[in-house]
Amino acid sequence: MIYAYIFVMAGITYLIRMLPLTLIQKKISNIYIRSFLYYIPYACLTAMTFPAILYATKSPVSALAGFAVAILLAMKKKSLVTVALFSCGAVFAVERIMEML
Amino acid sequence: MVHNKIQSGLKDGIPIGVGYFSVSFTFGMMAVKNGISPFHAVLISLLNLTSAGQFAGLNVIVSSGSLMEMALTQLVVNIRYALMSLSLSQKLDSSVHIADRMLIAYGNTDEIFAVGSSKSGTLGKLYMYGLILFPVIGWVGGTLAGAVAGTLLPADIISALGVALYGMFIAIVVPMAKEHREVAVVTVAALVLSTIFYYLPGLKEISSGFTMIICTVLASGLGAVLFPIKEKES
Repeated sequence: MIYAYIFVMAGITYLIRMLPLTLIQKKISNIYIRSFLYYIPYACLTAMTFPAILYATKSPVSALAGFAVAILLAMKKKSLVTVALFSCGAVFAVERIMEML
Repeated sequence: MVHNKIQSGLKDGIPIGVGYFSVSFTFGMMAVKNGISPFHAVLISLLNLTSAGQFAGLNVIVSSGSLMEMALTQLVVNIRYALMSLSLSQKLDSSVHIADRMLIAYGNTDEIFAVGSSKSGTLGKLYMYGLILFPVIGWVGGTLAGAVAGTLLPADIISALGVALYGMFIAIVVPMAKEHREVAVVTVAALVLSTIFYYLPGLKEISSGFTMIICTVLASGLGAVLFPIKEKES
């Protein structure tokens, strides 16, 4: 069954990337479809991040700290790696502080 | 002008590869923790090369969802690649033929697409292959490392790494939302919707894959109706 899952996953993901790149050369002119597609990554990434991030660590408190640090650094346009690592660092630090309390 | 130097592609791919390593490390770790073998985890990463889709897919596997749920989840979580591929198809040089386009399509991730699009002029196949190489190595290698060594790490580190993927997502969304008010509105709408679906009785019973589909379609649809993008940029 695991191979069926992997096959479906990889197949769909690849087709989504491959078909437009090879078949559609013409530009989409309908601005509503264009706009809808344009907004998808932001809506999708946001829905995946929140509130799931709050339950990705040992405690929602440390996760919230990681979330806040990530937003702050992202506002300052830091790189993907910087934002991800400092966010992890914030979670680690807050969890150590919580242990001391 | 055509960007077609493999060296400059490789150079641009290094920071992406490093970022991918840290995120796929958590994927490998989570997969093994949920009973997936390291071999299967690596296979998933090699064949899919996508962060959100794989985490969502892992979710479906762990909850023993149907293949239809898997297909729909991947379709919705990854549909953004259709737009990126569409955009990339205009960006690739006319010298890039269909066989090469089929290979390049495999490597069209959020970050590779973002870096490629930021170049002026068109993109040749050698630049694209160079750009894709290190991210693939980082993604697959990180998965293997996480799958094998993840369980050996102290619980404190594992807990901290739990936010790595989300950190990367935030780094993509927030700068855009800060500069474009319409993206900010869509982002807030998606955040409110997913929070409602997460906590509200009745709605929270819906599987996370379908919740993602509903929230994404509603928030993007709202954006398209309220702020249709004017004819401009490439």
